[in-house]
Amino acid sequence: MSARRIAAASVLYAVLLVLALVYIYPFLIQVATSFKTNADATANPLSLLPATATTEAYTKLFGNSDFPTWIKNSVIVTVFVTAGRVFFDSLAGYALARLRFRGRRVVFAGLVAVMSVPAVVLLIPKFLVINTLGIYDSYTGMVLPLLVDAAGVFIMKNFFESIPVSVEEQARIDGAGTFRVFASIVLPMARPALVTIIILSFQGSWNELAHFIVSTQSPEFTTLTKGVAQLANGQLSQGRQYPLKLAAAIVMTIPVAVLFFVFQRRIVTASEGAVKG
Amino acid sequence: MSHALQRSRPAGIRRGETASGWLFTAPMLVLLGLFLVVPVLMALWVSVSDWGGRGSPFSGGVSFVGLKNYATVLLGGGLAEQDFGTSLRNNAWYVILVVPTQTALSLFLAVLVNRQVLRGRGFFRTAFYFPSVTSSVAITVLFLFLFSTSGAVNGLLGWLGLNGPNWINDPDGIFHFGADSAPAVLEENTILGVPIWDWIGGPSVAMCVYIIMAVFTTSGTFMLLFLAALQNISVEVQEAAMVDGANGWQRFWRVTLPQLRPTLFTVLTLGLIGGWQVFDQIYTGTRGQPAKTTLTPAYLSYQASFTDQEWGQGAAIAFILFVIIVAFTLLQRWALRERPVSRRRMRPYQDTRGGAR
Repeated sequence: MSARRIAAASVLYAVLLVLALVYIYPFLIQVATSFKTNADATANPLSLLPATATTEAYTKLFGNSDFPTWIKNSVIVTVFVTAGRVFFDSLAGYALARLRFRGRRVVFAGLVAVMSVPAVVLLIPKFLVINTLGIYDSYTGMVLPLLVDAAGVFIMKNFFESIPVSVEEQARIDGAGTFRVFASIVLPMARPALVTIIILSFQGSWNELAHFIVSTQSPEFTTLTKGVAQLANGQLSQGRQYPLKLAAAIVMTIPVAVLFFVFQRRIVTASEGAVKG
Repeated sequence: MSHALQRSRPAGIRRGETASGWLFTAPMLVLLGLFLVVPVLMALWVSVSDWGGRGSPFSGGVSFVGLKNYATVLLGGGLAEQDFGTSLRNNAWYVILVVPTQTALSLFLAVLVNRQVLRGRGFFRTAFYFPSVTSSVAITVLFLFLFSTSGAVNGLLGWLGLNGPNWINDPDGIFHFGADSAPAVLEENTILGVPIWDWIGGPSVAMCVYIIMAVFTTSGTFMLLFLAALQNISVEVQEAAMVDGANGWQRFWRVTLPQLRPTLFTVLTLGLIGGWQVFDQIYTGTRGQPAKTTLTPAYLSYQASFTDQEWGQGAAIAFILFVIIVAFTLLQRWALRERPVSRRRMRPYQDTRGGAR
C-alpha cells in the first residue's frame, strides 16, 4: 500500500468515526442522563457519568405513575395489530397475486389509490368515522383501523408473485380447496415475507402516535407514545424533569431496539422492499 | 408468461376462484374502505359544512356552507388565514432545508459505507440507521433535552467559546440575522396574512431543531436505499470509466449518480411527502410555539378541530395540505422525468470519441 492510499484510508475512517460518534453520542447521553439527578442533568448535560448514579427516574416511572398502564396498552395494540396484519395482508396479497377473479384489477387499482393518501391528512377524517361508529375511546377504535395496511398487502403480493406456482397447482389437482392451499402450503413458504410484515407492523404500531390521539381520550387507553408525548410537553405538569422523560423514552425504545438488533439483516431488506413495493 | 401458464392449467381447478378471491380480499376491502375511503368522503362533507363537533355531522342541524371554510382559511383576512399562512411558511422552510440535506447526507453516508475494503461496515451502517427505528416521540424527547438552553449542544458550543441560542424557545427567523425592524415595503405587503418580511426570514431557530432532527432520523433509512442501489451498479461500467482515466470525483458525478436516478427520485419523493406531514414532533415538543413559528399545517388542522372546535376549517386545511402534497409530487415527477440527453451535454463525449484516439 502506498503512502497516499494509507492517508486516504485514514481520512475515510476519521470521517466515518466522527459521523458515527455524532449519531451514537446522543443515545449515550440519553442513557447516562436517565441515571442522573435533576440538578446533575442540567449542570453536566454532556457527561456520560452521573455525579451520583440514581435509579430514581425509573422507580418513579414504574412505581408512581400511569407508565405501566401505557406499556400495557401499547403491548395490547401492537400484538393485535401485528397478528391482524400478518393474517389479512397475506390473505389479500395472495388473492391479488394468484386468484383470477372478476374485479381483481379494480381492487388493485383501488389499493394503489388508497396508498397515495398521506396519513396526516386522515387525522380528522378518521376521528369522524371512529366517533360515528361509536368506537371512540375503546380498544376496538385503537386496533381496528390499523388491522390492514396497504403497503403490507403490496409486499405480500410481490412475494407471492415471486414464488413458483407449480406446488399449489399440484395440491389443487389433488382436490384441496383454496383456503387449504393457502393455509397449509403457501403460508409456510412465505415465512421470509411474513417476518418482514411482523417487523414493519410491530415497529409501526408500537411507534404510532397520531392515530391514538384522535381515537382515544381517557387515561386508561393512553399508549406509551401518547403518554410520553404528554409527559414531554408538560401536560402532566412534570416540569423539567429530564431524567424522568429520558428514562421513559428509553423504556419505550427498548422493544424496537431489540427487534432491530435481532433482525438487523432482515430489516435492511425490509425497508427496501417496502419502498420498492 | 402468466398467459402461457393460464392456458396450460386444467380448467376445473379455476372454479370458485371468484368467490374465494372476493372472500380473501374482503377484510382488506372493508377495513380500508371504512377507515380510509369513508373518512375522506366524510371529511370532505365536514369541510363544506358548519358542523361544530357535537353529534353526528349528518344530523339535521348541520348545514351546507359551500366553500366558506376554505375561504376563511385562504382569504378570510382574520386570524385563521394568518395562522394558516404562518404554518405554510414554517413548513415550506422545513421542506426546503430538510429534503436536500437529508438526500445529500444519506447519499454521502451510503458512498462511504459502500467501500469494498471498509472494516466495520456493519457497525457504521447500524450506527447511522439506528435513529430511524426509534419512535418520533422518543427522539423528540431526546432532542428537547439536547437542545435545551443548558443542554448538551450548548455545552458543546460553550467548549468552543460560543454562546448558544435558546433553541426551542427562540422565535427569530434565521435569515433575519438578528435584525429587529423591517423595510416598510416588506412589512406592509402580506401573503396569506403573513408579511413578506416573515416569509423571507427563514425558519425560526426553534424550527431548526426539528430540521436537524429530521435529517438525523431519516438519513439512515435513505442511506439504505442508496446502498441497495449502489450495490446493483455494475462493476464493469465503473472499470471502463477508470480505464478511460476518469478520477473518483468524475466517476461519481458522471457514472454513478446518473445510474442512481430512480433511487434519487424515490428518496426525494418520500422526503417531500414526509416533509409536509410534520405532526408527531410538534405535538410532542413545542405545539407550535414560540410565537407560532413551529406551527405546521398538519398540527394546525388538528388544533383547529380538536382544540378550537372549528371542524370545518380543520378539515379544509387537511384537504389543502393533501393538494399541496400531490402537487409537489407531480411537479417533482415532471422535473426529474427521463429526458433525452441534450446535444450540449453529449458533446464532450463525442469529442473524445472522434478525437486523437
